[in-house]
Amino acid sequence: MIRLSIPVRQALAKLTLPVLIAAAFGLMLLGKADALLAERARMALADALAPIFGVLAEPLASVRGVIDDAEETFSLYSENARLRDENERLRAWESVALALDAENATLKANLHWIPDPAPGYVSARVVADAGGVYARAVLLSVGPNHSVTKGQIALDERGLVGRVTELGSRSARVLLITDMNSRIPVILEGSRARAMLVGSNGARPRLMYWTEGQLPAEGEHVVTSAEANAFPAGLPVGTVHYTSSNVPEVEPAARLDRLEVVRLFDYGLRGVVPPESQGSLRAQGPERRR
Amino acid sequence: MDRLPGIRPRQSLGRRLDMAARRGFPGSTTALLLLVTAAPLGVPGQAELQASIALACVFFWSLFRPASMPPAVVFAIGLLADLLGFAPPGVGVLTLLIAHGLALRWRRVLVRQGFLLVWLAFVGVAFGMAAVQWALTSLLTFRLLPPGPGVFQAAIGAGLYPALATLLTRAHQTLAEPERA
Repeated sequence: MIRLSIPVRQALAKLTLPVLIAAAFGLMLLGKADALLAERARMALADALAPIFGVLAEPLASVRGVIDDAEETFSLYSENARLRDENERLRAWESVALALDAENATLKANLHWIPDPAPGYVSARVVADAGGVYARAVLLSVGPNHSVTKGQIALDERGLVGRVTELGSRSARVLLITDMNSRIPVILEGSRARAMLVGSNGARPRLMYWTEGQLPAEGEHVVTSAEANAFPAGLPVGTVHYTSSNVPEVEPAARLDRLEVVRLFDYGLRGVVPPESQGSLRAQGPERRR
Repeated sequence: MDRLPGIRPRQSLGRRLDMAARRGFPGSTTALLLLVTAAPLGVPGQAELQASIALACVFFWSLFRPASMPPAVVFAIGLLADLLGFAPPGVGVLTLLIAHGLALRWRRVLVRQGFLLVWLAFVGVAFGMAAVQWALTSLLTFRLLPPGPGVFQAAIGAGLYPALATLLTRAHQTLAEPERA
């Protein structure tokens, strides 16, 4: 160890903070100049932590389950009445759906309809929130020998969750539809009008750029559109809801605030490729998605 | 070290290890808290909680035990927070370093004051740093972000500080005290 005189040491100690502050600015520039390096560092850390989070997730989930059970016990009676009521209504709808399904099948048979290929999927556990203050994303644990690729579509049991934007060797980050960088082409199911679903970091993304004259109706179902070849047509996204200031928003069908397991579908769509690691793909054009 | 005459324990390996562990306590517990708050706890506002816990810990230790929270450790904690939170790298580092610098600057005055004034100072720092973080993130992502989450983050920090400070004060007097090794 080099022996320094006390004044030199004191001067060095005073210099550390300014030098480190300068280094922080350097880090910001580096992160901006080489986004890939920052992404690799993040995913390396996520890969290292994913198994730990995976182990932690199970006891946490059981604790949450116990709390939920306790809460549900108090609302058993009213919940039961509500469910019986709903069941009654759903039974009526079920017969309608079965009839329509049969009719649809015969019509398709008569039209020589080419059926959509059934997509392959993998299920993955959500192990952590990967959002931060100004982003909405989740981290999935996907195991070391996964077949997940960027741009795959994440769905929970109810609807669209988001897309895979960053990929490590054991973990994948899914950008949720509520993130402010998320832009999803959608169709309003009632009017068949097209629109864009724009995330705002809030709980409900907004609807924008809909076809003129075809205002989204309150409660209308919103599904994905195959436009731009980024999503398959017809994935359930949510329902239209107007805010008090008359802005149409979409209440997501997926339970984005309590995701536990999501399915990653590979529809083989490469219309809008998220930023890839290869320079060749980056040279194809600017990307909106991070 | 040897300013006071008297009998003191021999500098054995165990004692030196003990002292090193006590010196490392603030940095390592802050890093651990960051990791714990990144786990899927299902708490609403967890991202904001994570950011404010890091700020509160760094502020507290920089104020009361700066020898155990040197700038390099603050830098490392900030980097960890940035990578965990998928924020633009450097933003968390800078805000924590500024908070550290402010705590060092105000140290002489604040340490002698009661808890209320320290808390008020922290509330000021929390709001200031949330503003810096908001401005830098907006700048680095080239878009005007809504200021709501920043305000929420600062408010969580302000509300959390008394509870966290109580725990940390305990640790400060016992676990993190190298003289007790």
